[in-house]
Amino acid sequence: MLKLRRSMMFVPGNNPGMLQNAGIYGADTIIFDLEDSVSITEKDSARFLVRNAIQRIKYPSEVAVRINHIATPFGREDLAAILAVKPDLIRLPKAETAKDIQVIDAIITEAEAKQGFTPGSIKMMAAIETAFGLMNAYAIASASSRMVAIAIGGEDFIADLKTSRTSHGSELFVARAQLLLAARAAGIQAIDTVYSDVNNEETFITETTAIKEMGFDGKSVINPRQIKLVHGIFTPTAKQIQQAERILEAYQTALANKSGVIALDGKMIDGPIVARAERVLAYAAAVGVRKEADK
Amino acid sequence: MRNAAGREIPEVLAGLKKVVPYQGPFAIRPEGRLTGPKIRMEKPRSEKLLKSIDQAIDATGLADGMTISFHHHFRNGDFVLNSVIAAIARKGIKDLTLAPSSLTDVNEAIIPFIEQGVITAIETSGARGKLGRLLTAGTLKRPVMIRSHGGRARAIECGDLQIDVAFIGAPACDLCGNINGIEGKSACGSMGYAMVDAAYADKVVAITDHLVPYPLVPISIPQTQVDYIVEVEAIGNPKGIASGALRISKDPRELLIAEYAAKVIEYSGYFKQDFSLQLGSGGASLAAAKFIKEKMIDQGITASFGLGGVTAPFVEMLEEGLLQAIYDVQDFDIPALQSLKNNPKHQEMSASFYANPHNGGPIVNQLDVVILSATEMDIDFNVNVITDSNGVIMGASGGHCDTAAGAALSIVVAPLLRGRLPMILDRVNTIVTPGETVDVIVTERGVAVNPLRQDLRDNLKEAHVPLVEIQDLQRMAYELAGRPDPIQLSDEVVGIVEYRDGTVLDVIRKPQ
Repeated sequence: MLKLRRSMMFVPGNNPGMLQNAGIYGADTIIFDLEDSVSITEKDSARFLVRNAIQRIKYPSEVAVRINHIATPFGREDLAAILAVKPDLIRLPKAETAKDIQVIDAIITEAEAKQGFTPGSIKMMAAIETAFGLMNAYAIASASSRMVAIAIGGEDFIADLKTSRTSHGSELFVARAQLLLAARAAGIQAIDTVYSDVNNEETFITETTAIKEMGFDGKSVINPRQIKLVHGIFTPTAKQIQQAERILEAYQTALANKSGVIALDGKMIDGPIVARAERVLAYAAAVGVRKEADK
Repeated sequence: MRNAAGREIPEVLAGLKKVVPYQGPFAIRPEGRLTGPKIRMEKPRSEKLLKSIDQAIDATGLADGMTISFHHHFRNGDFVLNSVIAAIARKGIKDLTLAPSSLTDVNEAIIPFIEQGVITAIETSGARGKLGRLLTAGTLKRPVMIRSHGGRARAIECGDLQIDVAFIGAPACDLCGNINGIEGKSACGSMGYAMVDAAYADKVVAITDHLVPYPLVPISIPQTQVDYIVEVEAIGNPKGIASGALRISKDPRELLIAEYAAKVIEYSGYFKQDFSLQLGSGGASLAAAKFIKEKMIDQGITASFGLGGVTAPFVEMLEEGLLQAIYDVQDFDIPALQSLKNNPKHQEMSASFYANPHNGGPIVNQLDVVILSATEMDIDFNVNVITDSNGVIMGASGGHCDTAAGAALSIVVAPLLRGRLPMILDRVNTIVTPGETVDVIVTERGVAVNPLRQDLRDNLKEAHVPLVEIQDLQRMAYELAGRPDPIQLSDEVVGIVEYRDGTVLDVIRKPQ
């Protein structure tokens, strides 16, 4: 089944209460953060807290850890502590070259062998947060078979662009589009940046709708209250599901009748339309609004 | 002896003529007649207005060993209770029973008078902070008597709690003693708890900072029940009486619990046109208003009435036509008391009308759904809202057991863990609401339905909430936080938790 990453929720790694409750909100992925939300003086305690939380608590979501960049003094220590408890996913911040990914891939490969984990079972994703990184996005996205997604780290990226965040989002449009192209070219998922004004639901919904329409697979969130909103936007409507079912039915009938041209409601149905309908139904099944058996 | 809630109750308890153990929520059939105040006579054109609280104390004939009462509608803004007790102490009167509808943090000021023996017994809904610790320490001559709001109204009306003098803080009062709570600088809204005291106390003193010419309209407490009036500069601090509009929580965990609770209501079988509803004023309970409102609008359902302590989100529902009426025993914020003043569909009621189990039918009996908070719960669905994890009094019984017993569906919402403390135990330290009156417990990690309610278990299968057994919830909590050590208790009984029908539900033992 399709692996959903509609909502990837950041949880500061140094907050025991938040670690304890991270699993209750239904995020597709929980990202325990050892990087920007943890001050230098708390890096070690966060690392141990996150390690122990992953070891002791059964989270119902995919568990990712955002490590510090591998070039900092903390990155390798993060990996040493965290890989031993087998997170589902390692997220690298500020990825700029394929080399960044390959270095971590090698460390993970070694850890998997040492711990006896299935080779390749720990996945990776990377955040692109600079113009330079974006220029290398495809190389980063395809640098390792562990890579499942790339994300845009909006705030750092905008700072690097020397502009600021707007409500209409045009400052990020090119970067988002380019990131999406790189992800699709590499055959992995594209994840959008966080929206930090958690009390502004209206703009959050507008932004999430826009990135969903662009083709993104999900959005990073910083507050559990944003999860439901994201899921609502990413869930196919009953009408969309019904239409997809009708398209596939018409397609199958035509196949059975060996009829050459297929039309539904006066519109021609061809390969891409069938593929889109199949994607809608697969998605509906993955989010649980349509059971697999209904297909 | 062991009562029907499984609690060991001493055969003899100071302050009770006869110890009747709890036997089930509606097992007691009361007999006899209601009590009443002493007969009064007031000649035409006589004067009720006195010069001072001192003078009023003298006029009432207050003496050693008597019982005095107050209401808690002013909450942490109350000046009346503290100032009256200080005045009583100055007169050298001793050995009083203090029977307010509840005690708040501001009442810590009376601690010296408890230590001096001015007050030697307390009967109330609960206490917090230093006062709670003092009561738990067993400083009083006899155990503190904890009653629910409905249970207190019952006790007053049947004579279990006989009030000699009621001192009533009156936000607006005329020269003959008519009182309401909606006018004046110390407006508190409903006078619901004070109404019972006024009707049954032998002597009633109105203390006001807003004395108006005769007649006052509307009247909440009538002149026929008031003996004396004292005007003072201030009866309370408005900031402590009512807050600005209470807002729905933004805490994601409380919102998640509230969302589950709203789904439970939606699928319970009670979510129908003209259902009725009560919400608590705290966290997840109040937040449920947000989700219930959405469902009511989506499905075109309106409620017949809303009940309880009233808050801004409830008032909004009334104004939007989602509630046809509100019945109000107390107000928590300024929008609530303004609504009581201005909206004819917002009806004041007494504590007896609200919740007394031994009258012609309190309105809690008409309640379809109530959402209640909890301090601790146990695997028998018993709820504690009075003592903390160290066994110290830190809460109040309030209307908890009254509404749980009356409502067709009683939902208790609480986090499964508070800090490192699991909230579902093998047995709660103190039972305030018996498990047989609690239908559903909603936490952030799962929803447990009382096995007594198979109908609800069936209905909730479609509710898209994580349905689990209560034991599973407890196990989840213990896995995360470990099994808490039991509180080490002594044999000394420092509190009696009376059930609303006058039986003994539990006792509070002094922690070692």
